[in-house]
Amino acid sequence: MNLENLPLAILKAILDAFTWCGAKAGIVVPPWALTLVSILIVIVAILSVFLVMFALMSVLERKILGRMQNRYGPNRVGPWGLFQPVADGIKMLTKEDLVPRSADQIVHFLAPIAMVIPALMLPAILPYGRGMVPVELASGILYFFALGAGTEVAVFMAGWSSNNKYSILGAMRAIAQMISYELPLVMSAVIAALVAGTLSPNGIVMAQAGVSFGVVPNWFVFTPWGFAACILFYIGALAESNRSPFDLPEGESELVAGHLTEYSGFKYAIFFMAEYIGMFAINGLLVTLFLGGYQAPFPFLEWIPSWCWFFAKLAFVAFSMVWVRATMPRFRIDQMMQFAWKFMLPMSFVALIAAAAWHYAGRGLAAWGISFLIVAVPYLLLGRFCFTRRHTVDNRRYLFSE
Amino acid sequence: MNFPGSGLIKGMWVTLVNGVGSFFDPQRSKRLITEQYPEERPKLAEASRSFPFLIFDNDPEAGIRCTSCKICEKECPPQCIFIEQDKDANGKLFRRPKVFNIDISVCMSCQICVEVCPFESIRMDNIYEMSSYDRFGSLVVTKAQLLKSNEYYHGIHPTEAATTDARIEAARIKKAAAAKVTAEKAAAAKAAAAAKAAEEKAVSEKAEPPQPEQTA
Repeated sequence: MNLENLPLAILKAILDAFTWCGAKAGIVVPPWALTLVSILIVIVAILSVFLVMFALMSVLERKILGRMQNRYGPNRVGPWGLFQPVADGIKMLTKEDLVPRSADQIVHFLAPIAMVIPALMLPAILPYGRGMVPVELASGILYFFALGAGTEVAVFMAGWSSNNKYSILGAMRAIAQMISYELPLVMSAVIAALVAGTLSPNGIVMAQAGVSFGVVPNWFVFTPWGFAACILFYIGALAESNRSPFDLPEGESELVAGHLTEYSGFKYAIFFMAEYIGMFAINGLLVTLFLGGYQAPFPFLEWIPSWCWFFAKLAFVAFSMVWVRATMPRFRIDQMMQFAWKFMLPMSFVALIAAAAWHYAGRGLAAWGISFLIVAVPYLLLGRFCFTRRHTVDNRRYLFSE
Repeated sequence: MNFPGSGLIKGMWVTLVNGVGSFFDPQRSKRLITEQYPEERPKLAEASRSFPFLIFDNDPEAGIRCTSCKICEKECPPQCIFIEQDKDANGKLFRRPKVFNIDISVCMSCQICVEVCPFESIRMDNIYEMSSYDRFGSLVVTKAQLLKSNEYYHGIHPTEAATTDARIEAARIKKAAAAKVTAEKAAAAKAAAAAKAAEEKAVSEKAEPPQPEQTA
């Protein structure tokens, strides 16, 4: 039994069983039916894997956060509290589904659906393993960002239809944040696509195969421009999935829960799920673009199946998001905008230039040095001079209290 | 090393060390300070208090200190105490409560009943697991549930119980001394009265001879 091809073998076995049953019943199974069944199986597999990851993440996140904050986290339901998502799910399902009387009923109802559909469609283009791409799209990256932008509409639908000042404020913040961070996010993805020479996720993963200099894997994150772009993409992903420190659209100390204020019960659960699945999808894209996708770091580690590598990397990125959440305080709205437009966007252009320099300097050691300089110098300058405070205590002017 | 973003890395390192250390640090009990409540009970401070209870000495019926004076009932700010005095078959009132109810859903643990009680009879308990599924019945605590022994009081608030006992003892000694003084006074007065009576009798016998003749 080859572990590498285990998922594909299972798929083939199910299809064979289907054909066999058809033959037993005396029916010749038409090819389109087989295609349909295989599509359904893939959908079920993706959904179940992502939903299980969502359930696990929701409890592990709380446990890791707790550990980092000198607490235990949930440890009451089941062994080590692992059945906490079950309890949460039952609680969510049995809660009353409140809709404010003054809300726009239809839009209020449609917003969670508009939120969850793109989130569930995002994972379709990710290459989970060698030859394991559910939908082989030549322009998968484009598809991903086009769909991902759809969640912004859903967020604004939720905020607008709730007819609540906190909801609309949260939604407007969310829109501002998502649009601001979409730019560096897409720019840094474009860098990886440019260097790989393709928009297909699988092609980008293929471009990261092998090892250079004998020790460094060819993952884009191990090049200066790739490292910069990876960090930029990571920060953009944090902002896109509304996670701390970019959780100010739903900052509970200011906005109750932002666009989620008027949602309860199952609709809230759907928003929650869509947020997490969207986060997994964008983490998966991060792994695909910069962390070598399903590639093993070294040839001698290739006995571990490629899909294990993908999910291990995905788990690491997801863990790091929890880690960041445990560490960083929330931005203020003006700091968030400043950071996006004054730092992230210029840095993504710098990374683009560095990638171009790396490519045209022959992708060797010299190219490595040149692109390192091109990234490091603007980074230091921007970091030094971009965030100096103009209004210090000495020159602050009071309008009324003087 | 100080460069833009180095502070972030330091912060991330701190949380990582904290998180991993909570699994492997030999002193991890210092990192994870949460009390695992049903298994680990908090060590309550000696003066901690929850709801009032009634003290009895030795016997729950005969030794009950409460005299049903109803001062606590009158002083209780949320008026959660209800007292009914005991009567015998002839309707004669006893200095003992027949009904003593405290509605702990109303009680605000202010300890004013304890402050005003002249008989050292009502004191604050420190039990805290009083939740119930019954909203009305089981939150009204009756006399039978409220009565607890003086030894129990010594167990939960040793210092306070000792001072209370000392005060009762002092009051008893003072009362006994006062009674002795009163008894002596009474005896002296009685003796004096007897002497006076005898003297008066003697005087009257001397001054006024029997006068049966007059009446006759």
